[in-house]
This record gives sequence, structure tokens and C-alpha cells, in this order.
Amino acid sequence: MTHKFFITFGRRIHNLLFFLGGMANLCAQTFYLSFMPPYKKDRVIEQIKKSGFDSLPIVSLVALFIGFIFALQTAYFMQRIGSEMYIASMVALSLVRELGPVITALVVAGRVGASNTAELGSMQVTEQIDALEAFATNPIKYLVVPRFLSLILVLPVLTLYADMVGILGSYAICVYKLGISSSMYMQVTFDALLFKDLFTGLFKTIFFGMIIAFVSCYEGFNVEGGAEGVGQATTRCVVISFILIIMADCFFTAMFYFIFP
Amino acid sequence: MIEIANLYKSFGEHKVLDGLSLNIDKGTTCVIIGRSGCGKSVLLKHIMGIMKAEKGKIVVSDKEVGKLNEKEMNALRMKIGYVFQGGALFDSMTVGENVGFGLIEHDHISHHELLERIEECLCLVGLCGIMNLMPSELSGGMKKRVSLARALCIRPEIILYDEPTTGVDPITADSINDLIVNLHDKLKVTSIVVTHDMKSAYKVADKIAMMYQGKIIAQGSSEEIQHSEHPVVHQFINGLAQGPITETLEAGAKLIP
Ligand SMILES: Nc1ncnc2c1ncn2[C@@H]1O[C@H](COP(=O)(O)OP(=O)(O)OP(=O)(O)O)[C@@H](O)[C@H]1O
Ligand SMILES: [Mg+2]
Repeated sequence: MTHKFFITFGRRIHNLLFFLGGMANLCAQTFYLSFMPPYKKDRVIEQIKKSGFDSLPIVSLVALFIGFIFALQTAYFMQRIGSEMYIASMVALSLVRELGPVITALVVAGRVGASNTAELGSMQVTEQIDALEAFATNPIKYLVVPRFLSLILVLPVLTLYADMVGILGSYAICVYKLGISSSMYMQVTFDALLFKDLFTGLFKTIFFGMIIAFVSCYEGFNVEGGAEGVGQATTRCVVISFILIIMADCFFTAMFYFIFP
Repeated sequence: MIEIANLYKSFGEHKVLDGLSLNIDKGTTCVIIGRSGCGKSVLLKHIMGIMKAEKGKIVVSDKEVGKLNEKEMNALRMKIGYVFQGGALFDSMTVGENVGFGLIEHDHISHHELLERIEECLCLVGLCGIMNLMPSELSGGMKKRVSLARALCIRPEIILYDEPTTGVDPITADSINDLIVNLHDKLKVTSIVVTHDMKSAYKVADKIAMMYQGKIIAQGSSEEIQHSEHPVVHQFINGLAQGPITETLEAGAKLIP
């Protein structure tokens, strides 16, 4: 019984170390190769279109509804203590500092991360990755670098966009349903937001982008065993990305809170 | 030209290459035969440097694979064409982009020249004018031939064919054999052909090598192999169900109660 426990435990540790080692290796090579010529702009632009532009509809939808919900939820409490005019500042701060970045990252992880893993995974099982190597093309340079660059560029922009859409949603509720005046809403929002808030919100999205890129590409490259393997890897990619994004968010929030108050 | 010495490779407990040695002279065609799953594709991937051996060495054109830096390795790879067993076409690209892949990535060649080269290579394998199709629109045998065209397009000095005639009709298979012979006669290409098709083996081979249990157990010209006394070789080339290969399998099966 204990024997079995130690075997399972040992295997877990082994797998974890293996994963960390593989990830570290992939990160290091990707950083290095991002700076090495030749630079292929086209592939980065193609990926930006796929991961950024094509994500706009779903990001808009999610952000808009988050704005609605958040405004209503905040209003519930603010009305009790009679300070409706602070709904705007509360919503703006929460959206820009926390909700916008995290929700956008999760949506992109589900949409772009999963598709990266599925695509690279099926390339792996059909030997297309071997074929790249056979034609003297580094698969990391060819496949991972454009995805990595596009994600770290696109995620801050998408987040900024989601922040604005979210605030717009909350504006709609407050102005048309709760009767707060439009100019008042705008003024309170801009008074509440400092440059620091915007910076903390956008800074961490670069790291979320890295998490999504590395986890999805790593899982894709390490697919074993056909279509079933691709499915499992895709699930794993989404789960691991979610966990790491939430953990990283917690870390950055704490860091900004304690170090740069 | 290609020297393989004492190569070892295992996947977990499963020993696939077990001290394999083989030499192939410049400008000759060597056919490798062996049962399904004996490690022929794995051997080719070692020559390409896609897989790393545990022990042993491979020397291709006086360069030791695995001891080269990335730039040298890439230069070597551009001299070797590899026809993958399953085709391994890039399915996000058109047939033309697939065939021209090596040139598009590495050579600065004009667009016009590129298109000419692609069409020429496709015509060589009997597939003129399909440049703009996607791989998903092709049949299995067509994919195989496009994969062959892709390997030819970089004008390699060495070509590794992994079952080039499997899955194509007998007439096309014979024209692929002719193509292999032509490349050998006219361009002095060094080739390794992995095949199960004995007719094609006899037609193209300067040398046939039989792989069994991770080693080369016999090698020689077509006649020597055809008249080999070796019981394993005899059973394999004549395709007999009874013989030493299947006996070891049965003995193994009996051990499992
Ligand atoms: N990536 C891998 N991971 C684990 N085992 C592998 C891997 N690649 C090959 N093998 C094992 O190595 C052995 C040899 O495989 P290989 O593909 O070289 O066979 P083959 O001789 O080419 O067979 P066939 O004639 O059917 O193509 C097989 O038993 C296979 O299970
Ligand atoms: Mg094979």
C-alpha cells in the first residue's frame, strides 16, 4: 500500500520535473530564436490575425456581458449604502486591474491555445514536424516563435479593448437603467483610473501571453498516440494554462500591492 | 558515402536498433528489407538526424551526424531528400508550396524559376498541373508521389525513400522504380530504399540489406540475396508463413501462459 503510494508519488514528481524541464528548454530556445535572423514577418502577421483579430467577437461579447453583470452586482450593494455614483469607479478599477486581463487571457487560452495544441499535435502525429526538420527548418523557429510573438503582442491590445467594452457595458446599465448622468459617469471613471492601474493591468498580460504560447506549443509537440493523444493534449493545454494564468495573476496582484502600492 | 556503425536505439524496454552497421557507397542504391516494425523508418530518421541514437555513429558525406552544429547539420540536410512513409505533407499549404518548401525556406530563387522547378518535379512523378490543390484533396498514392516530388525539388545528392511504392497502383509503382533507376544512372544519386515490394527491390538495388532484430543479418547483390542460404532471408523474400522468423514469434507467444 505505502509502496504503491511512493511509486505513484515518485512518478508524479518525475512527470512534473520533466514538464518543467521541457518548458524551460522551450522558453529558452524560443527567446533565443526570436532574436536570430531570418525574421519572417508574414508568419507573425498571419498569427496575429488568427489569434488577435479573429478573437475580437468573442472577447467583445464576454467583456460586454461582464460589464453588464458587474454594474448590476455593484449597484446592488452601492444602493444599500447610498453611493451609486461610485459604481463607475468600482467597475472601472476592477475591470482594468483584474477582470479585463484575466478574462481576456482565459478566453484566448481556450480559443487560441487549444487551437495551437491541436494544430501542432496533429502535425506531430503525421510526422510533419519531422518533415520540417528534414528540410533543415527548425520547428521552434518556424512554428513556436510566430505564435509566441503574436500572443505577447496581441494580448495587451485585446485586454485594452476588453476593458473599454466592459466599461461601455457598465455605462449602458448605469446611464439607461439606474439613471446616473452620462457626464457624471465618465468623470467618475476617469478620476478613478490612474496610469498605474492601466499599467498593472496590461503588464501582466504579456506574461499571460507567454504562458498560453509555451503551454500550448509544448503540449502540441509532445503529443503521443494519434487522434486520442491530440484530444488529451488539448484538454491538458487548456487546464494547465488556466491554472498558470490564475496563479500568475495572484502573484502579480500581490507584487503590485506590496511592492508598488 | 553513408557509414553506419554499431547503432543502438531503444524506446523504453523495446530495443529497436541493436548494434546495426551498414555501409553504402557513393552513387549506389541500397534496398533495406525487413518485417513491419523492425525499425527501418527509425533507421532512416537517424540518418536524417531527426532521432538521436544512444550509441554508435553515422557518417554521411564525411560528416558525423550528431556531432555537427545546427548550421552544418542544416547544410547536410539540404543535401538529403527524405520521402516519408506517410507522405508527411504540410496540410496548411498547397501542393506547390509543399514541393517548393525547401527552396522557399532556404534558397533565394526567383518566383518564376521556383514555379518551373515545382512543375518539373511534379511532372517527374506524373502529377503535372496539380500545384494549386491542397493535400487534403489528394488520394493516398498521390500524396506519396507529392512527397517524392518534394524530396527531389532540392536536388539532393542522397535520397532516402521510405516505401515509395506502397499504396500506389502497379503501373505507377513501376514508373517510380524507373525514376529511382534514372536518378541513379543519370545523376549518380546515392539512395536508400526501404520497401516490402521484392519486385521493386530487385529492379532498383545495387545492394540489398536485410534487417532483423535490430541488426543487418545479410547483405549482397540481388542475386546473392535471392539465392541466400540464410533461413531468415529465405523465408522473408519468399514470403513464407513457416520459418525461423515466425518460429521465434510462436516461441515467444508460448511463454505467455
Ligand atoms: N516515437 C516512437 N516512440 C516509441 N516507439 C517507437 C517510436 N517510433 C518507432 N517506435 C517503435 O519502433 C519500432 C520500429 O518502428 P518503425 O516505424 O521503424 O518500423 P518499420 O520497420 O518502418 O515498419 P513498417 O515497415 O511497418 O513501416 C516499432 O516497434 C515502433 O513501435
Ligand atoms: Mg516504416
